[in-house]
Amino acid sequence: MMNFWGFSIAEARVIDYDKNDKSLAEMLAEEMPTTRLCIGCGGCSATCTAGNLTEFNIRKLQMLLKRGETKDLRDQLHKCMLCGKCLLVCPRGVDTRKMILFLFRQLSEQDHNS
Amino acid sequence: MYYDPFVLPFTLGLNILLIYLIIKYARWIRTFSTEDRQTIRRNIFTLKTWKAGKEVFLESLVHHKIFRINPFLGYMHLCFGLGWFLLIVIGKIESLVYHTSIFNPPYFAIFFRYFHPAKETFPGSNVFAFFMDLILLMILSGLLLAWLKRLYSKALGLKRTTRHRPFDLLILTVLWLIFPLRFLAESFTSGLRGGGSFLTHTAGDFFNSFLPIEQLSYPAWWAYSSALGLFFLLLPFSRYMHIPTEIVYIFLKNWEVRQGKHFSGISQFQLYSCSRCGICIDRCQLGSSLGMTDTQPVYFLKKLRHGKEHSILVDNCLMCGRCEAACPVDLRLNALRLTQRQEDIRITKSTYEYIRPAAAKTTAKVAYFAGCMGHLTPGVIRSMQSIFHKAGVDYTFIDEGGSICCGRPMMLSGNHHTAAIIQEKNKASLEASGAELLVTSCPICYKTFKEDYRLDMQVLHHTEYLDILLREGALHPHCSDITTVFHNPCELGRGCQVYTAPEHILQTISHRIATAYEGKDALCCGGSLANLHISPQQRLQLAEDALNAYAAYRPDVLVTACPLCKKTFSQPGSSLPVQDIAELVDGQC
Amino acid sequence: MSVIIIGAGPAGCEAAYQLAQAGEKVELIEQEAQPGGNLNNWYQLFPDRKSAQELNRQLILRLEHPNIRLHLGCMPTKIDRREGRFEVQLNDGALLTGQALLIAGGFQLFNAHRKEEYGYGIYENVITSVELENFFTNQRIQTSTGQLPKRVGFIHCVGSRDEKTCNFHCSKLCCVTAVKQAIELREILPEAEILCFYMDMRMFGPGYEEMYREAQEKYRIKFVRGRLSEASENKAKQVLIKAEDTLIGKPLKMTLDLMVLMVGMELSAGSRQLAEMTGIEKATNGFLRVKDPHFATNETNQKGIFLAGSCSSPMNLTDTLTDARSAALTIREYLKHIDL
Repeated sequence: MMNFWGFSIAEARVIDYDKNDKSLAEMLAEEMPTTRLCIGCGGCSATCTAGNLTEFNIRKLQMLLKRGETKDLRDQLHKCMLCGKCLLVCPRGVDTRKMILFLFRQLSEQDHNS
Repeated sequence: MYYDPFVLPFTLGLNILLIYLIIKYARWIRTFSTEDRQTIRRNIFTLKTWKAGKEVFLESLVHHKIFRINPFLGYMHLCFGLGWFLLIVIGKIESLVYHTSIFNPPYFAIFFRYFHPAKETFPGSNVFAFFMDLILLMILSGLLLAWLKRLYSKALGLKRTTRHRPFDLLILTVLWLIFPLRFLAESFTSGLRGGGSFLTHTAGDFFNSFLPIEQLSYPAWWAYSSALGLFFLLLPFSRYMHIPTEIVYIFLKNWEVRQGKHFSGISQFQLYSCSRCGICIDRCQLGSSLGMTDTQPVYFLKKLRHGKEHSILVDNCLMCGRCEAACPVDLRLNALRLTQRQEDIRITKSTYEYIRPAAAKTTAKVAYFAGCMGHLTPGVIRSMQSIFHKAGVDYTFIDEGGSICCGRPMMLSGNHHTAAIIQEKNKASLEASGAELLVTSCPICYKTFKEDYRLDMQVLHHTEYLDILLREGALHPHCSDITTVFHNPCELGRGCQVYTAPEHILQTISHRIATAYEGKDALCCGGSLANLHISPQQRLQLAEDALNAYAAYRPDVLVTACPLCKKTFSQPGSSLPVQDIAELVDGQC
Repeated sequence: MSVIIIGAGPAGCEAAYQLAQAGEKVELIEQEAQPGGNLNNWYQLFPDRKSAQELNRQLILRLEHPNIRLHLGCMPTKIDRREGRFEVQLNDGALLTGQALLIAGGFQLFNAHRKEEYGYGIYENVITSVELENFFTNQRIQTSTGQLPKRVGFIHCVGSRDEKTCNFHCSKLCCVTAVKQAIELREILPEAEILCFYMDMRMFGPGYEEMYREAQEKYRIKFVRGRLSEASENKAKQVLIKAEDTLIGKPLKMTLDLMVLMVGMELSAGSRQLAEMTGIEKATNGFLRVKDPHFATNETNQKGIFLAGSCSSPMNLTDTLTDARSAALTIREYLKHIDL
């Protein structure tokens, strides 16, 4: 964050869809087609234990991921306890728990490679 | 000195095998933890060793468990196991009686008919000859069955047989050659010099009538010895490695060496103890409902042993334990698969800091815990509350305002470290209630509370608790004509060995219909959190098939005791009503 | 020429009348003791707030046509096709014959017990949209404890668009019904807070979007975009709900005095039986499949068997009546054809 005479320039508030790297989302969609089915009803994040206690919001995280915004994913994902309640309420049959595990594994692999 | 060069292949093979096994086993045992070593030391000079010996006899030789599952298959294994064993033991005794020295070389007993001049009788020689022929006949009959099994697996009640690599086929051929070759060698010798009994003697005379047995006899002994030697050399690299390894495993198991969370020495013993009998194949619902015929333990262990790619197989298991319950070698198949799941979640001690002990201290002695899934089946909670009320139990509902996960789903994903942190948090919260008895509705929570938490209070699943209330007369059931079938949840039945409590409850309050899926044979609903691979559609298929299997008994109600099972079964909208056992008890008392 | 119509709901009634007017003999079979079907349970209709019972009366009145024979309390036990004619055996022993068969078996409402996490049948103040219509008919809105509700929530998509109940389809009418009921509720409860929990607002019909605007502006109905995950009950018998306020991105907890489940539409059990008896195919949404979605919306894979109304898909009353008229026209064409 830079300070210009009392004004600060924060990170861009716009999702720069053109520039964002959406490869992880593409891989996810390819690997688990049910993740394409989300209609953003929020049932998963409503029932989520971690989501009711922290900033963790699984619906939002996967939406952000689909737009190529992965920062929150790194910050929040590990709060999930894998209890599987989201899987039981999703009206579209998104395999939410498997999606989270897949993302865990991808992030862990990225960390490993870097 | 009895010696002939043809014994060399056998002797060499046997010695190389023994040296190989000693080195291999010693290496595995070296990796045992100090805890495991202490356990072994504590148990080795107890009745447990005797029990293990008995088990070796019953399972490694008689194959008693396979017998119970499939008599044909059992007989086949008995012929090879017990037959070969008796052939060696009685052969050895026979050679001892004749030679009167214990220090005759092993090959002397094995090739006794070659070395022993037939005219020379010794005490009981006819009886020995008779028994040796009888045992050989038994083995040959088993061999015939094995042949038939390869040709017509369905005739023996097995849907599929395990698949073979070329190498497996080679050693199989060698194994199958051993006994026919012994039969030929002994028959030819008997035809030439006499001796033998009803089988080899008769066959010897018969062969003599049209074969030049004089020229054939000696090569037959060479062939027999070579087949044995080759078999011993190939054994460590084939599935027959299970023959010696299983025996060691049975002892280790009885000495209470446990399969832990990680792949260890005991895992190695188990890996090589799998006889690939294939019993697990037909038990697996992924196969019967979804046509997945590559993920069953027999294939998984094979891939693991040969270092083949198995990442999908690691994930693709319901861990329902149906295979484990039927495994004749008693391998810890779920735990073994779990050892291959990786820790993927990088967390720190502060990750779960947001979780604070929620339960407040109460004066009630009984704490009720619905579990997170339980909050999606409020009918169960409502029934439990009503039952507590009816039985006049002073209780506190500790997760009324919600709870965190028990950590078992995390454990099942392979992330033991993370799970331990969640469990630590949860334990503090549960113990803060100050209750003496914890009653939970969720078998998943129940299993981990019981096995991993080491709580300072007693833990019961509501099935067990309701059974106690009924037995103590705290609840007054009225007679009912409702017919019920019980679906025992995997984590409750096979997972925690709770079998009699639900049976007794249902017998007390309903007409319980016995099914083919009682006790250890209960089906999995398909909702299992342990499977990290199958899709929601495939789960639905599993649920529908299981429901149909139960519905075939036409009960009024299908009773279960797990929120996850209830939710999974409710999805297809079947005409068969599904109730939790607590709901049924509440309705009948 | 005669036509056998099974189901005397709005579709069956309208088709019967149109065919009778055109000179065909109609045998109209209804399993209930009175015609009208699901319309009997409704109070007012969207979008013009017409009295449901008034419309019902009009439809039933027209059944007193000399060409219509009404068989109430009857169900077909056997349907045969002999020499191009249908023979329908009724449970009261009668045998009806006709050249064409029209199935107007309609829909049934989703059984809200199946959505256990919403607590229907467990919590006292959870009701379905039909029960609310009953409240309107009796002009009595109160909670189980006899009080006026201060906060009421309408839960959309219960048993619709839900893989967990194997109902993948959109029932289409629940959104507009919720808006209509919220408005009616506002008129009775001027002080209460009324909220609709929706996934998508599907205001497809003429005047529906206008109703939605009016509900927001004039009737002060609040709309929250989020699907309920579960509900519980407190000591005061209020319903505590959990949803995500998805437009904000935060989980939301709320206490309701009354919770109304907008139950979706499924193929009725009667229609399902008829399909099994006659070999009519079902579409993936569980309703009966029409031969062609554009040119043969009333025909089926079985020659001479036609469909009218909501047994082929969720339909509002306007569409149901239009569909019934279309079916009548299609059947007349068919009868002319077999006459030749």
